[in-house]
Amino acid sequence: MSNSSKEIHLASVDKIIEGLGSASYVASRQIATAILIAQNLDKPILVEGSAGVGKTELALSTAALLGLPLIRMQCYEGLDESKALYEWKYGKQLLYTQVLKDKIGDVLQGAVGLRDSMTQLHQFSDVFFSEDFLEPRPLLKALQHDDGVVLLIDEIDKSDEEFEAFLLEILSAFQVTIPEIGTIKAKTPPIVFLTSNATRDLGDALKRRCLHLFIPLPDAKLEEQIIAARVPEIEARLRRKLVSFVQQLRDLDLKKLPSISETIDWARVLVLLHAEDLTPEMVRETLNVLLKFEEDIQGAHNKIPEMLRQAEKVAEHGIHAATI
Amino acid sequence: MQNTGFMQQPFEQFVRALRAADVPVSVAEVIDATEVIAAVGYEDRQLLKDALALTVAKSEDEKDRFEIAFELFYARTEFRDEFEAWDDPTQDQTQKDADSDCEPDGGDGGDADGSGDGDGSAQGSQGGEGSVPGMQSDLADMILAGDGEALASALEAAAVEVGAANIKVFTQRGYLARQMLDQMGMRDLERMIAALERESGEEPEEGSKLDALSRGRMQLFNEARDYMERQFELYARAAGQQFREEFLETTSMANIPPRDFDIMSRIVRRMAKKLASKYMRRHRRAKRGHLDVRRTLRRNMAHDGVPFETVWKFQEISKPSVVAICDVSGSVAASSRFLLMFLYSLNEVIARLQSFAFSSHMVEISDDLEDHAIEEAIPAILQKIGFRSTDYGQMLRDFRDEHLDSIDRRTTVIVLGDGRTNDADPEAQIMKQIYERSRRVIWLNPEPETFWGTGDSEMPRYRPYCHVAKTCNTVKQLERIIDDLLRSSVRA
Repeated sequence: MSNSSKEIHLASVDKIIEGLGSASYVASRQIATAILIAQNLDKPILVEGSAGVGKTELALSTAALLGLPLIRMQCYEGLDESKALYEWKYGKQLLYTQVLKDKIGDVLQGAVGLRDSMTQLHQFSDVFFSEDFLEPRPLLKALQHDDGVVLLIDEIDKSDEEFEAFLLEILSAFQVTIPEIGTIKAKTPPIVFLTSNATRDLGDALKRRCLHLFIPLPDAKLEEQIIAARVPEIEARLRRKLVSFVQQLRDLDLKKLPSISETIDWARVLVLLHAEDLTPEMVRETLNVLLKFEEDIQGAHNKIPEMLRQAEKVAEHGIHAATI
Repeated sequence: MQNTGFMQQPFEQFVRALRAADVPVSVAEVIDATEVIAAVGYEDRQLLKDALALTVAKSEDEKDRFEIAFELFYARTEFRDEFEAWDDPTQDQTQKDADSDCEPDGGDGGDADGSGDGDGSAQGSQGGEGSVPGMQSDLADMILAGDGEALASALEAAAVEVGAANIKVFTQRGYLARQMLDQMGMRDLERMIAALERESGEEPEEGSKLDALSRGRMQLFNEARDYMERQFELYARAAGQQFREEFLETTSMANIPPRDFDIMSRIVRRMAKKLASKYMRRHRRAKRGHLDVRRTLRRNMAHDGVPFETVWKFQEISKPSVVAICDVSGSVAASSRFLLMFLYSLNEVIARLQSFAFSSHMVEISDDLEDHAIEEAIPAILQKIGFRSTDYGQMLRDFRDEHLDSIDRRTTVIVLGDGRTNDADPEAQIMKQIYERSRRVIWLNPEPETFWGTGDSEMPRYRPYCHVAKTCNTVKQLERIIDDLLRSSVRA
C-alpha cells in the first residue's frame, strides 16, 4: 500500500513540490529533483547548507508525505557502530550464561573426554550470538523495516572519519555485515538523508555514493512562501515587510546570518506580540530572535531604520528586496 | 533510449569540460549521471541541469562552477532561429542533386585540413558543368535555405573534427575557428562568392543571392569565433589557472613576484582551510581496543563488579599553541609573509598564536596581525622593521628578556630564518633555553641544507636545539610542515 502511495507522490518534480507543500514544506525545484532522482536510483541524498535552512525538516516532511516512519540518527564525535548499528545484549548474554550454568551438565551428558564434550558444545555455541541477543540500533532498524523507512543521518560532519567509512556499505548496497550472523540486506531500500553543516569536508568516497543537494538561503519569494506555509496567521503585508527586512539583514557583514528557521521564529514572535507593523522599537526588542551574536546585534542596530524604510517600500510596491 | 549513443559523446565532452573547470567527476559518477539522464531525459533543460548538479557537483563551490560550465556547454550556436531563408524565384534547385557525398560529416575527412581541400577542388570541377557559373557548395545551400539547424550541426561536427575541445591558449581560437570553417567547406563558399562578385560587379544588390551569401559568411565567421571562445572558457581557462597555481606552489617563495600575491594568498588560504578542516573537530580519539579498567570497574560497582558496561580509553588531542619568530630581513621576508599568512588562516585549529618579527631587534606583531587584514598588516610590519641586517643574537636576547615566559611545555616554537648572523654572537645558549622549555622547536630555513654553515650561517650551532630543522622554500613545503605540526599535537 505504501509503495503505491510512494509512486503517486513521487511521480514528478511538480507532484513532489505539491506533496511537500501539503506537509507545510515549501520545496525548490532542486530539492524536489533530488528526491525524485533519489527515489529512482535508490541513492542517498547528502544535504548541505547552513544551519536552519531546513535540512532536517526536509527529511521529516518527506516521511510525512510518504507516510513512512522516520528513523533518525544524530551523529556526534565518538559515535561508533555499537551505537549506530547493533550491539550484543551483553547483560542478557551474561545473565543467560549464569542461569544456564546448571544445564551444562545435561548438555554434556554422555560425553566422554574433552574432545567429545567440545563436539557436543559446538552444536550450541552460536546460541549466544544470534538475533535474539542482538540489540538493533537506528541503522539496523532502518534495514529491518518491511515497508521501508525514511532514514535521517543527521549532522554526519560531526562524526569521525572512521564512522563515515563504516557507512559506505549501508549507503551503497543497503546492507550491513555482522561477523557472527552474516549480511543483513534491506527488505525495502530506505530513503536516506544525510545532513551536514559543512564544518568539515566529507570524504570523497561518501560524497560519490550520494546525491549532493545544497540548500542555499532562500530568495525573498521562496521565503515568503515558506513563512506563509509555516506561520499562516501572519498578515500578508507584515509578512512581506519582515521577509524583506531579513533579506537585507543577510547582506550585512554578520558572524551568523539569520536563516529560515530564524525568520519563522521571528514571524511567530511577532504574531504572539500582536504586532501590526514593524516599528524600529519592536525590531530592536526582538532582534535577538534573528541574530545570535551580541556583536551582530550591535552592528545591525543603527541600520534598522534604514532597512525598515526599504522594507516598507518593498511591502508597498510588492517588489522583492532581491531585485532592488 | 535508442539515442543514448548519440548523446553519449556530448556528455563525455561535458564531463571533460567539468573536469577542466575543477569539478572532479569520477568514473562512477559518470555512470550515475548516465543513469540520471536516462531517468530524466533531455527534454526539460532545468530538470536535467538540477539532476546532473546533484550527481556530479558535490560542494557549494562545485555547484557554482557546474552552473557556469553547463550554461556554456549547452549554449548552442545562435543562428538557429535568426537565419532567414533566401527566396529566389529564378533558381530551380539544381544543386540539390549533388549534395549527397560532399561535406557535412567527417567520415572521410579524418585528416582535418588537407582532405577538405581535396574535396573542394573535386566539387569545383564537378559543379563547373552546372548552370551556376560558381561551384557546388553545401554551405551555400544551407545558408540560402536558412537551415540554421543544419548549420549548427555542421559547425559542431566540424568542431569535433578539428579538435576544438583541445584548445589550450587563447590565441589559438582564431586559427581553430578558421579550421572549423574550412572543414565545413568555407573555401567553396568563398569561391562561389568570388565568382558571383565577378559576375555582378562590386556592389551587391540588396536581397540578391550574393548579398545573402556574404551575410551568411559573416555570420558563420562570428559563430565560429564565438564557438571557439566558449570552448576556451570551457576547457582551457581554468586549466591555465590551475597550471599557474601549481607552478606558484612549487616556486621559491622569495621569487614570487608581487603581482602574484593575490593568487598566493588564495592558495595559502585554500591550503589552510584544508588543514583546518582536517584537524578541527577532533578533540579526543578512541584508543581502539584499550579497556580502561579503572573506569570500567567503577562504572560497574552497581553490578557487583561484573563488567556489564565497558569503558574504553581515549586520547585527548590538544590544539597546539604556537610562537612564531620570523626573520623579516630582505632575503627571508617573502617566506615570513607566507608563513604568517598561513598561521593566521589557521585560527580554528591553533589554540594560541603569538608572532614576533625581527631583523635587528624583535617586536611582537600579534596585535597588528589580529587587528588588520594580513595583506595590509604584513607590508606595514615590513616597512617598520624589515629589510635591515639581521642580528640573531640580539633577537634571542630580546626574546629572553621579554617573552621567554610565554613558552611552556605545550608551546611549539617556529623560527623562520636563514640563520645568517652577520658574524654577531649567535647566543646559541638562549636557543637551548627555549628548546628546554618548549614542546617543540621547528626551524624553517629557506636555504637548502647544503648551504647551512657556509659563510656567516650559524645553523649548525642552532640545529642541536631544534627538534626539527628543515628547508622551507616553497608554499608546498610550508603546507607539509604545518600539517606535521598539527598532526603531532596529540597528547599522550
